Amino acid sequence: MRKEFAHDELMMPGHLACQGCGGTIIMKHALRAVGPDAVCVIPACCWTIISGNFPYSALNVPVLHTAFATSGAAASGVRAGLDMQGKHDTKVLAFAGDGGTFDIGIQSLSGAAERNEDIIYICYDNEAYMNTGVQRSSATPERAWTTTTPVTHPKSGAKKNMIQILAGHKVPYCATANIAFPDDLYRKVRNAAEIKGTCFIHVLSPCPSGWKIPSEKAIEVSRLATHSKVFPIYEVYHGEEYKITMEPDEIPVSDYLKSQGRFRHLKEEDMDFIQERVDYEWKILLQRSMMEPFHMNF
Amino acid sequence: MKKVLMGNHAASWGVQLSRVKMISAYPITPQTHIVEELSEMCGDGSLDARFLKVESEHSAMASVIASQATGVRSFTASSSNGLALMHELLHWAAGARLPIVMVNVNRALAPGWNIWADQGDSLSQRDTGWIQIYVEDNQEVLDSVIQGYRIAESVDLPVMICYDAFFLSHTYEPVDIPSYDEVDAWLPPYTPTNHLDPEKPKSFYPLVMPDNYMEIKYKFQQAHEQAIGVIDEVGQSFGTSFDRYYGVVEAVQCEDADIILVTSGTITSPARLVLEEMRQKGEKVGLLKMRTFRPFPVKAVQQALNGAKKAIVVDRNCSWGKGGIFADEIKSAMSNTTDAPMIYSYIAGLGGRSITPDDIRGLIEEAIESDSPSSESVWKGLKL
Ligand SMILES: Cc1ncc(C[n+]2csc(CCOP(=O)(O)OP(=O)(O)O)c2C)c(N)n1
Ligand SMILES: [Mg+2]
Repeated sequence: MRKEFAHDELMMPGHLACQGCGGTIIMKHALRAVGPDAVCVIPACCWTIISGNFPYSALNVPVLHTAFATSGAAASGVRAGLDMQGKHDTKVLAFAGDGGTFDIGIQSLSGAAERNEDIIYICYDNEAYMNTGVQRSSATPERAWTTTTPVTHPKSGAKKNMIQILAGHKVPYCATANIAFPDDLYRKVRNAAEIKGTCFIHVLSPCPSGWKIPSEKAIEVSRLATHSKVFPIYEVYHGEEYKITMEPDEIPVSDYLKSQGRFRHLKEEDMDFIQERVDYEWKILLQRSMMEPFHMNF
Repeated sequence: MKKVLMGNHAASWGVQLSRVKMISAYPITPQTHIVEELSEMCGDGSLDARFLKVESEHSAMASVIASQATGVRSFTASSSNGLALMHELLHWAAGARLPIVMVNVNRALAPGWNIWADQGDSLSQRDTGWIQIYVEDNQEVLDSVIQGYRIAESVDLPVMICYDAFFLSHTYEPVDIPSYDEVDAWLPPYTPTNHLDPEKPKSFYPLVMPDNYMEIKYKFQQAHEQAIGVIDEVGQSFGTSFDRYYGVVEAVQCEDADIILVTSGTITSPARLVLEEMRQKGEKVGLLKMRTFRPFPVKAVQQALNGAKKAIVVDRNCSWGKGGIFADEIKSAMSNTTDAPMIYSYIAGLGGRSITPDDIRGLIEEAIESDSPSSESVWKGLKL
């Protein structure tokens, strides 16, 4: 079946991504959904490299490269500048890694979200600082290997829940998405483009070299993340109305964990622990999705 | 129209008259009145601008960089710790060649917390690539903001207007406010050389390999060299239209002077008084007001100081481990010239301590008696 896209391809050949890079696939779908009347804001991350070095650009939209911590603020500044020229329809797309979103950039993202700036913020989450060589971030999953969480003391503590943080800002739209379900990803970005205010989309982004998986397995591994409920796919409207948009097959988390070298050191009891955690989080999500949103009652 | 304005409100008026389109700022004493007044102006419609109330100075500068890159005139203001927090983005703004204008109210850096006048905040941003202008009174605050946009947009470099905490920021002085028509006739609308435009998609500030980096930075340095002339031209042109003339420096009676006082910021005003008094007594004293610190006006300094016997530089700042910053830069500017004066470096007035005409008289008397200056900066008014 040929898929109908709203817009032509805006990501050009010649980009500098590694084979199997999830971040590249996310950008491709995102730009087809947002369209050419857009400005893309990119902080320091793998996409600094992927987009091409001076004087080249792999994207057919204008790109503002900005400092690591500033995606939320820079996107707000672009929005303000465009609005002052009457260009209210031009979309502003911030495209940042997990480090630039969960860690160093969380303050400026929170500022933008609290002001409800009319921007789309996509976090491509490869669960570590990949650009600088696979160091842990607060998005790194519990007990995973990275170069700063070696197998002798792997990542401790749960992955930060960014959607919950953004939902806490009561932004009009938050969602998670996965490149293994491109129709869903595409629809969510389209949705965000239609909504006025801050829209935040958190997309799992497999990184073959950082996750230690073969590049041709990137999409397969991503699919396992959602079907094992490790990375559930859902939406949150106004911080209150939760909608699960992909029914997981509920496969064991060990199927997901065993597919990647970064979890190779895990023992049975580690996997049992992770299974417990995943089941618990899933229960919370199910409960939330069954709650009546506040704004519908009042 | 004449009004009695505090320095901070003179800055806000300068922003309004420059028809700035985007303001983004975060409050810090003693800068707050600037942004409060601008909020009022945006609120009552007398200024057609978006005001982003961001959550930090880091974000303030990041967002004005972004808005300026879309092609609209942008402004921010800060001070002290706020300016220090912006540091990464100050490099970004200048390296991106964006003609942003900002005000920095000179305030001491913590610790200990001190909200009073001290130039350490802006001078420690020396190498970020911003043009830095130090002003003396409230009229000059307003005039320099307006000139700032013309300078910035002529050379595609950002401009920082610096003035002393409280001595100007909170002090009321009569200020002549030009009309919109007068300013419009002098300051044309901003037309960017490049801007973020979906019709012409380009990548702004991407990765640059060693093969291109140096050439880009060479052009950056050239722009600074060009800016020295531009600041003078703009100051002259402003004078032609508004009858108040400015330049990279102001040399007062330096031609025949034996001793020249070198000052910046509000220290200049008591120095003017002392100069007049000394001249009446027949002492050949001159005054060099350093209005521009970056780009450093080497030639103008040489021209003013060459031929004098002694120069006394008063610094309300200190480069820790070196000494007075203006003095240091002036010594370097005078090196390899044949007719240079001996340079006396004094540190005074840090953290808002006042510098009186008496203090300045004392420095001159000391210099008259001395055979040669100490190689270190001398701290004045210490209570040890
Ligand atoms: C202020 C600052 N600190 C550190 C860096 C170095 N740095 C560049 S990219 C990066 C990691 C980015 O991680 P993430 O946001 O997850 O994106 P990814 O590289 O994984 O795509 C770091 C630490 C920087 N550029 N700026
Ligand atoms: Mg990452």
